[in-house]
Amino acid sequence: MTDTPYAVEMKDIVIRFPGVLANDRVNLTLKKGEIHALLGENGAGKSTLMNVLSGLYKQTSGTIKVHGEPVSFSSPKDAIKAGIGMVHQHFMLVPTQTVTENILLGLNEPRFFMNIKKYDQKVLDLQDQFGLRVDPTMKIWQLSVGEQQRVEILKTLYRGADILIMDEPTAVLAPQEIDELMETMRSMTKKGKSIIFISHKLQEVTAVADRLTVLRKGVVTAEGMNVEGLTRQKLAQLMVGRNVMFSVQKELQEPGDIVLSVNDIKADNNKGVPALRGLSLNVRSGEVLGIAAIAGNGQSELAEVITGLRPCKSGSIKVSGKEIANQPPSAAIKSGVAHVPEDRTKVGSAPSLSITDNSIMKNYRHDPIGNDWSINYPKAHEYARGLKEKYGVLAPNVRTMARKLSGGNLQKVILAREISSEPTLMIAVQPTRGLDVGAIESIQHLILEQRKAGTAVLLISEELEELFALSDRIAVIHDGELMGIMPVAEASVEKIGLMMTGERIMNKE
Amino acid sequence: MAYKLLIEKRSADIPKWLPAATSIGSVIIAFLISGILLKIIGGDPIRVGKFFFEATFGSWAAISDTLVKATPLILVGLACAVAFKMKLWNIGAEGQFYIGAFAASLVILVPLVTPETPKWIVLGAMMVMGMIGGAIWGFVPGYLKAQYQVNEIITTLMLNYVAVLSNNFWIFNKWSDAGFQMTPTFEKTAWLPRLTDYAREYTGFSGMTLHLGFIIALVAVVIVWWILERSRWGYEIKLIGDNPHAAEYAGLNIKRNIILVMMFSGALAGLAGMVEVTGVVHRLQERISPGYGFTGIIIAWLAKLNPFAIIIVSILFGGLIVAGREIQPSGLSQLLQGIILFMVISSDVLLRYSIRLVKSEE
Repeated sequence: MTDTPYAVEMKDIVIRFPGVLANDRVNLTLKKGEIHALLGENGAGKSTLMNVLSGLYKQTSGTIKVHGEPVSFSSPKDAIKAGIGMVHQHFMLVPTQTVTENILLGLNEPRFFMNIKKYDQKVLDLQDQFGLRVDPTMKIWQLSVGEQQRVEILKTLYRGADILIMDEPTAVLAPQEIDELMETMRSMTKKGKSIIFISHKLQEVTAVADRLTVLRKGVVTAEGMNVEGLTRQKLAQLMVGRNVMFSVQKELQEPGDIVLSVNDIKADNNKGVPALRGLSLNVRSGEVLGIAAIAGNGQSELAEVITGLRPCKSGSIKVSGKEIANQPPSAAIKSGVAHVPEDRTKVGSAPSLSITDNSIMKNYRHDPIGNDWSINYPKAHEYARGLKEKYGVLAPNVRTMARKLSGGNLQKVILAREISSEPTLMIAVQPTRGLDVGAIESIQHLILEQRKAGTAVLLISEELEELFALSDRIAVIHDGELMGIMPVAEASVEKIGLMMTGERIMNKE
Repeated sequence: MAYKLLIEKRSADIPKWLPAATSIGSVIIAFLISGILLKIIGGDPIRVGKFFFEATFGSWAAISDTLVKATPLILVGLACAVAFKMKLWNIGAEGQFYIGAFAASLVILVPLVTPETPKWIVLGAMMVMGMIGGAIWGFVPGYLKAQYQVNEIITTLMLNYVAVLSNNFWIFNKWSDAGFQMTPTFEKTAWLPRLTDYAREYTGFSGMTLHLGFIIALVAVVIVWWILERSRWGYEIKLIGDNPHAAEYAGLNIKRNIILVMMFSGALAGLAGMVEVTGVVHRLQERISPGYGFTGIIIAWLAKLNPFAIIIVSILFGGLIVAGREIQPSGLSQLLQGIILFMVISSDVLLRYSIRLVKSEE
């Protein structure tokens, strides 16, 4: 081991996927015994970089040194051997086995006979060392999310990791659990461990980290900056940048009546943690209301609650004056709500069915496609061919399976279907995520056409450029609460960025 | 010049004829492999093949026998296909078959009709009862799955035993014919008409046991095909089967459809039970099904859930059952069944990958 203050030195790391430059000459240094925050928006390349460090991918070029020694990992095993452990955001635990059994899983010990008591004690000793408390004899399913995370951390420690990568560890935790986690992180560094902490929440970073590195679109915008004295403004600017490009032009128009009125709704996420904490907003006809939020702050749940896919605990949701909260999705569809869902393959389409079958998903109950009993397939194919032509879907024919379409073409099929229902309200969630430039433009044009046609549009996007280009007003959500709504003319990237990290700006409505 | 096999994932749509061609091809290969096996153990594959053919399709009487065996198979095959189309794993067609047979028999055994009731009303009542019985046996796992997410594979499988044993209970305790494991033979009003019943007018029909149930099964094929491929419900079944999240997003009531499809599937298997009682055995008995409900699972898969293909596969399997009765050792036809299944399942690879012989570059 050479004498160096750095536990990890990543230099000029380039990671290229077919057609995508995920990381462009990225540098990152982790000092021994420090907590180093890695920040960036979704898709900025944080996870890719960490997957390289944990041996999951291989960099296209660049060097990695661990404790001063150049390393080249060809599998996660190599990284573990070098003392690098990753605590994933999604836990990799066996629910029906005990804490100790999960920790031992995949190891070469015990060889044959399992003296579980001995290992329970080993796990307890490890816990004493780092102040990570969790009963080793409990089954995973009996544990809270915070406790399960401790098991994940113990797993890496048991394997002898002295460099821990924690991928958004706070995203799944309740506030008091976050405090406990930070306590643990501090005690681990005191014992000589070094931690890379991925987050996009400023208050957490300033609370626990020593230095930080910020990535934006695969490029480092702040390298190893000291956390002390860092302001929210500065951070927001580093994370989202300042140049907003307008790729589409929208015409000025006066919005009409209120179409969607959401009043003080509360709802939980899939883990049972509150995701929406009393949110209220309105969308008028002919208006695009953009929702800006960092991933996981309740915006996905908002779309699901309005479209009936998720129950809400309290509050009201009115579409054209009709209450649709806690009604099945069919009620929202009947009220004229179209939905371009966040996940186009898992929710928005049926992969093994044809373009035709996917096109008629919302209107197969009515003329001319169908009636109470049957579906007129010749008419359905004709209808689908019409949509394919009009929206320029590239596919051999309408019998082609949806899974054979590219992301952009599939999204066009979904948008074509949703627009054709002549909605009064359209909920579009990340409509251009993962698409190429050409597809993004045509999708954005379609959304603006909807606005022109008098549809109320709720646009949820993590792309600030897109929000600025398409929205009339922008609402910012943080941790399930509204931070403020402002006309796009009064908004700036700095302001929005600040609000996205939790600064409340007085509601001017 | 050296050659090597190039295996590539198919990217383009597969031609329409290919699935049928691979299925037929794999059955032919299965026969060839069985022939080779026979040769190895010292048999005469040509003679056995000839005998097989004669016993199953060699004469009108043989064809009639084969179709009689194919009839319940078509219906249980449809029952399984309907459920599988929605990715509901109904392993309980066997139990639904028994309950269908039992419920249909109640019309005669209780009795629910007077002896003077006309034949068509008796048979109609038995048909309705059989389908209701099967539907109830499908409703239970369907409801448990929809309401409490209970795994339907377990419940349908367990309910098979409940069905078979409760059937035995009633036969032995209540309606036993002189202590045998069967009820007395039903009156002729409860028999589906058979070809041999018309032997007086058409002498050629003499001894042919093919009954109206075969026509019922064919009608059921057309109805199920229409429901799956042309009806609104069929579209919903397809959508839920392919992606339940998308179906929910499209506003479908998934729970209701789980229950309805399980009931429909059960009703078809129950109908098979009713047809077997009224068309073949003419009474309720222990072991009324030699595992038709399980064969139905295989048939539905081999037919790729296509109702019309189910007819062909069922006739093939009906033939194997008939031949198995006549040939020694009787395990031979089961061996052939197994090889066919193996070949058809492995032929799926050809649908997903294209395999080409290419010149390899040194």
